[in-house]
Order: sequence, then structure tokens, then C-alpha cells
Amino acid sequence: MTAQTVHPATKARELITFAVSGQDFCMDIRPVREIRGWQDVTPLPHAPRDVLGVMNLRGAVVPIIDLSLRLDLGPCRHHPRNVIIIALIEARTIGFLVSSVSNIVTVAPDEIQPMPDMGAPATASLVEGIIPSSGKNLRVLDVAALGAILDPRRSVA
Amino acid sequence: MATLDDIRQLFFAECEDQLEQLTDGLATLEALPPGETPDPETINTMFRAVHSIKGGAASFALDAITRYAHAFESVLDEVRTGTLPIDAGLTAAFYVAADYLSELVAMGMGGGTPETAALAERIAAIEACSAARAPHAPPAEDDLPSGGLDMLAGFTPLALDFDFGPPEVPGAAADGFVVTFRPTAALFQNGHEPTCLFRELEPLGTLEVEALLDEGVDWDRAAPGIGWRLTLRTGCDESQIREIFEFAEPFAELSIAPLATQEGDEPKPLAALPAPIGTPDCAPDPAPPDPAPPEPSPPEPSPEAERAKAPKATVRVDLELVDDLINMVGELVITQSVMTQSIADHGLAGSTQLSAVLEELRGITRHIQEGVMAIRAQSVKPLFQRMGRIVRETAQIAGKTVRLATVGEDTEVDRNVIERLVDPLTHILRNAIDHGLEDAAGRLAADKDPVGTVTLTAAHRSGRVVIEVSDDGAGVDRAKVLASAIRKGLVPANATPGPAEIDRLLFTPGFSTAASVTSLSGRGVGMDVVNSEIKRLGGRVTIASTPGRGATISISLPLTLAVLDGMVVEVAGQTMVVPISAIVETILPEPSQLSVMAPGMPMLTVRGRAIPVIDLAGIFGFARPVDSRPDGVLMLVETDDGDCCALAIDRIVDQRQVVIKSLESNYGHVPFISAATILGDGRIALILDLEETLHHKASPSAPAVPQPLEVPA
Repeated sequence: MTAQTVHPATKARELITFAVSGQDFCMDIRPVREIRGWQDVTPLPHAPRDVLGVMNLRGAVVPIIDLSLRLDLGPCRHHPRNVIIIALIEARTIGFLVSSVSNIVTVAPDEIQPMPDMGAPATASLVEGIIPSSGKNLRVLDVAALGAILDPRRSVA
Repeated sequence: MATLDDIRQLFFAECEDQLEQLTDGLATLEALPPGETPDPETINTMFRAVHSIKGGAASFALDAITRYAHAFESVLDEVRTGTLPIDAGLTAAFYVAADYLSELVAMGMGGGTPETAALAERIAAIEACSAARAPHAPPAEDDLPSGGLDMLAGFTPLALDFDFGPPEVPGAAADGFVVTFRPTAALFQNGHEPTCLFRELEPLGTLEVEALLDEGVDWDRAAPGIGWRLTLRTGCDESQIREIFEFAEPFAELSIAPLATQEGDEPKPLAALPAPIGTPDCAPDPAPPDPAPPEPSPPEPSPEAERAKAPKATVRVDLELVDDLINMVGELVITQSVMTQSIADHGLAGSTQLSAVLEELRGITRHIQEGVMAIRAQSVKPLFQRMGRIVRETAQIAGKTVRLATVGEDTEVDRNVIERLVDPLTHILRNAIDHGLEDAAGRLAADKDPVGTVTLTAAHRSGRVVIEVSDDGAGVDRAKVLASAIRKGLVPANATPGPAEIDRLLFTPGFSTAASVTSLSGRGVGMDVVNSEIKRLGGRVTIASTPGRGATISISLPLTLAVLDGMVVEVAGQTMVVPISAIVETILPEPSQLSVMAPGMPMLTVRGRAIPVIDLAGIFGFARPVDSRPDGVLMLVETDDGDCCALAIDRIVDQRQVVIKSLESNYGHVPFISAATILGDGRIALILDLEETLHHKASPSAPAVPQPLEVPA
């Protein structure tokens, strides 16, 4: 289940694009299992701020992460269009709350440019690269880094 | 059709059973008073076990196992025939051999092979036990122990050992063999051709084949009335011959005897031969050829043998299948509670008929659940036997003589729990032997038996499984422990902890008293790891020590990892579950019962006892919704250590059985929470980790606790 680790340089990649607090992001579609509407979560005591809680996904306990908070964009504003992207990363099922999901795009690897060095803010580690297109800068999130959000050292904020 | 891989799996699974029987037999021998003759069936069972392993290993070309099992079996056979008297030294050697054999099996399972030199050394070691390396040393009649002849008669292969044969004569490096081969119909049904077998024998030496046509046999078209006596003059050994007959053997009577010994007592091997036991699917042969034995000793198992074997009918099931079933039952429990809840929501709960049916459904669900759990349950015996090996190894390295006693081996525990107990128990046992037990001189000085005893006990106690490791050593050296803890900064230098608190220090991370790091213990991680591993299983570790008399470490575990009886409560608007086993009582306190000892440290006085109050909302860091008006219920809980406290909750919602769902698989550890569960409405509720919560009370950073009876701010 580590499909996300290999990106053959020549092969086009399929990315799912979504909006987080008004900004455009995308990520590899292969680990994505499903997209669900928002449902109430059970908060976890002493969890990091961006871990909203856990949700029942057909009998499994799945943690839900507010990507907007994680990306330092402030808490995701409550909206009926908010969805949760359920992804299976390194044998862990994790849900990411985003404002909306827009599209699936196919890009050639050379379209993805490395992130310009911006003094490495905390969120830079999550971004793998950037796709400049028609005035919109689509940032590509690194799936492995998304999975690492739940690393034990972060479990107590 | 089973693939070869499946059969291989089955072989290793069976090996475990055989090794268990072998160790059982050894334990019986060990318990035997000196000078007493062991029950022949004990030796027979051991022999059969090793023999079956050998047979199976040979078919999978597991050469190391085959060779070692063969050497082991030969010595066991001498014991069986009475050539070699059994004594404590031999039993010890057999233990070593059994341990090595299980090592080989484990190695074989992983696809590894031992070093040739090491194997040869081990084989030489076991062969050295043999009394008669020289061939042709049949025991004189009066050398036989009293049960010598019964032994042969009682020796009946009941197990479906697929190549079980008649007794082998040890060390038979004769100049040839006489092979008597009588096929049953099943042999032909399975497509074996005897002449092909004979042709295979031919290259081994000079072969003479003589057909034995039974006279006076009831001719039956379905059963062959023919046998062969093959005289093979060869320099090769018996196992090579046996190999050729390997696949034919289950369907035929086969006896292989050295040429020299054959002459005097020729009919004997036949007489002692039991009827062949076919595999179940080819057994229904109505009339097997009657070998017309001279003695009418019936080939039926003797009642004694039957009792000794008393095989419980069992089914081997893929573990995944059971796990799936357990998951489904879990879903059933959830669905049942969803149903109950929605019926209540629709105002139908008033109907007596409906509620009776619901109650029945709940009962049935529970029964199914218990039944499924029981499938997963496994006796701790294999675990204890494995620990026996650890004890012997450790004792040898530590240079101490240790006896391991086990109590309650039949106690059944969830399979998962058993697997995860291996490491903690290993640590505890090593510690008990390395640190707990004194050396022989020290024990003599203390007026104790120079042989130390370590006792492993398993028992069911009030819905939990308790496993205890006790030693009769010196007990915890509290002065040393405290000094060491102070030196390491684990406790303040001026602290004066009580004896139990000092004992508990052993489980503190980074604690170790060993002056030097030995190969056994003393890395200062052991007991801490034990503690955390057991906690992860939902269990507790406690230690009780009496100076000079020994120490007992108890592990208390839930029966299963999958369900829990819980009290569903509400804390600051969140629904949570408190394990019911810990709840002593629930109290609606009078204001006079509550007092504040120190800021943020409210106390409850119940029947003259002051009990600290912990506000769950406080320790979880949950803010109470402004409009919530808690009932102010206090729940008195007690842990296994006897720690008691009152939990402040908002209200009690329900009491029900909940299915435990791991938080760790997708997330990680959550402070004060042991796991999660899914409630009737499909939402997730967290299950409180009482131990962690109660230990938190000592922490000065505990947030202030609001008075439960007042409207919270």
C-alpha cells in the first residue's frame, strides 16, 4: 500500500485538486479511497489542534485532520460543501477535511516545479512542488508528509 | 486440493502439537519420583511425537530436522524398549534435545538451516545418551522393566501419523534387512504399485523378493491377499529403506527388521503390528487382509492408551476466518444496539412484547459473541512450555539450578493476548532468575532448597485472566532499589516511599539495579517494557515482594481484547465509556461530603474514607458547554492496585457491552484513553483508560476541578 512512493519520472501523474480555505492544492490520487461529506467527529483529548477528532468509517476509527489548520490557513470554515478526503497512507486510514474537491488532472512530471525556497515555513514540508497554470498556483501536497502528520511525537500538542 | 505449501503449513502446525506432547511427556518424567518406572505410554507418546516430526520433515526435505529427530528417536526408542533406563540426567538431556528440535522446527518454518557443524555436534550429543551404540544388543528378558512387554502391546499408533511404522531396532547397522510388506486395498486405490517400490529397493543391494500368500484367508475381491517378504542385503541404513516406502506405508503393514535378529523371532514383528491405519478418506476397506497373528492380541487400542491420548476432537481453522467472524459479531452487537436505540427513539420501547424480543435478541447476541470469543481462546500451555525453555536457557547462563512449576496450564486466553505475552513473560522470568533467585550458596545460607523454584500460574479471576510469576528468591532488595532510583534521579533524594511504592519503582522507565549489564537482564529497559506492553493489552502489572521469601509479579488481563462491559457516561457534552469492572459505586454526593484539601484537589468523604475527586472534563481539557447542567454524579472507581478515586462526570447514560476499536491502528495513543467504540447512533465514543487517569492525579498540573454540584461557569 505504498503506491505513493514511486513516481516514475516519465509517467504522467493523476492528481486530485481541491480547495483549502480559498487556495488550490492537489495530491496524488492513488492513496485516495473515497470522498465523504462532513459528519460529526468525536474530539480526542489533548490532540494537536489540526486533529479534529475521529469518525466512524464503516466500523473503523478514522482520524480527521483539518488541512486548512495544518497549512496555517486558519480553521476550515463550516460549509455544506466541505468534504473529507479519505486516504490510505502507509497502512493508516486518515481523513482530510478540505473546503471542496474540484477536479482530477493529469500532469506530466516536468510540469511540476519544485517549491521556491521561501524560508521554509512549517508547512513547506507538506508541499512537494507547484504547478503554475493560468494564474493559479496549484500546490502539490506530499502524500508521505501528509501521513507523517500523525507521527507520535506530534500526538500531544 | 491443498497445495504443497498448505500441507507444509499443516506440518508445522502439527509439529507444534507434537512438540507440546513431547514436552508434556518430559514434564511427566521429570515429576516422577527417582527409581520409579515411567508409564510406558508416556515414552510411547514422546517417541511417536518425535517420529511424526521426523516423518513429516523427511517429506518436505527438511534434512536437519529429519536427521536430528532420527537420532533423538533412536535414543527414545532405547528407553521405550527398556535398554536405556531413564534418570534425571537423561530427562535433562531430553529437554535440551526437545528444545533444539523446536529450534530446528522454527528454523525450518522460516526456511533456514542450522550450521552443519552445530547440527552434527547436537546429534553427537544426543547419540551419546544411547546405552547401546553397538548393534545387536537386544535386552535380556529380565533387564526389561516390569512393563516391558506391555509396552510393546500398548504401543498402538492412534495418531494418523502418515508414515508411522513399527518399532525400529536402534543402531541396526546390520548387513541387511528383512522387509515385510502387506498392502491393503487402499494402497492400490491410491495408485501405488508394489513392484515399483521393489525396483527402487534393488539398487541399494541384493534383493530377494518372496511372495507371502496367506493360506486360509477369506478371499475377498476388494482386499488383496498378498504380502511380500523382501530380503535386502545392503550396507545402507534403515531410513533409506523407509524413505522408499514412505508414501506406501500408510496403506500397508510394513516391518523392517535387521537381517540378523530376524531369524529367531520372525513372527514377532507381525504379531506386534497393529492394523494399518489409513487416512480417513481411504480407510473404509471392509476386509483388510488378516495377518492371522499367532497371538490373538487384538490390534484395538488398549483402554489405557486411549485414555492417555484422549484426543479432543478439534478443527483447524484459518485464523483470518475467525477474525472475520469476530468482526462480524462486533458489527452485530453494534447493530443490535442501534436497533434498540431507534426503537426507543420511535417511542416503541413501551411495548412489552417488543422489549421481550429485544431482550432475547440481546441475550442471543451475547451468547454468539461469547462463543466466537471462545473459538479464539487458547490454553496458555504452549506459552508456558515456551517459557520452560526460557527458564532452562536462563538458568544455564546464570549458572543457577531452577525448577519451573506451572499451575493452571489449561486456562484459556485470547490467542492474540497469548502471542503478546511472550516478550513480557520472558523479561519477567529472566529477571526472576537473574535477580530474584539467589545462587546455590546463598540459598543454602538462607536455609532454602539449593534449587530455586519459579512458579508460573494462570487463572481466571473475576472476569480477568491473571498470570503470575513467583520465585522463592530473596525478594526485592528495597534499599538497593531505592538507592538506585535516587541515584538515577527517578525519585527525589529525600523521598521516603513505602515498600509497595519502592517495588513499583522496578517498572519505572530507565530503572535497573544490575551492577553490570549481563546478557540476560540489566539493560534497564526490561520491566518498563513489560509494564507498557501489558498496559497496551489492557492489563496491569503488580508486584508483591516479601524480603527473603521471594517476589510475585502478577499480570492481570482482560479475557478478550474485543469487547468490554462499559458504563456509557457524558462528560462535557461528549459521550464516553468507563470500564464497568472498575466501578465500585456511583454516588450523588451531598455537599457535606465534598471538601477541598488543596486548590484543585477536591476530596469526597465516603463512610469515613477520603477519596480524591478527578473531573474527567478537566483532565481531557474539554470545556463544558455553557448550557450544560451536569447531574454531578461521582463514580467511585478502583484499579487493580487498589487505587481508588471518584470520577466527576456529567451524567450516566447507559450500561452496555461495547466493541473495542483500536485508536492506534489509524492514529496513535491518546492520553487517558485506552480505545474507542462505536455507539448505537454510529458515533464514536472513547473508552477511558482508568490506570492512566488515576496516575495523573499525582501530577500537580492537574487542572482545577469545578464543584460537581454547582452550575459550571
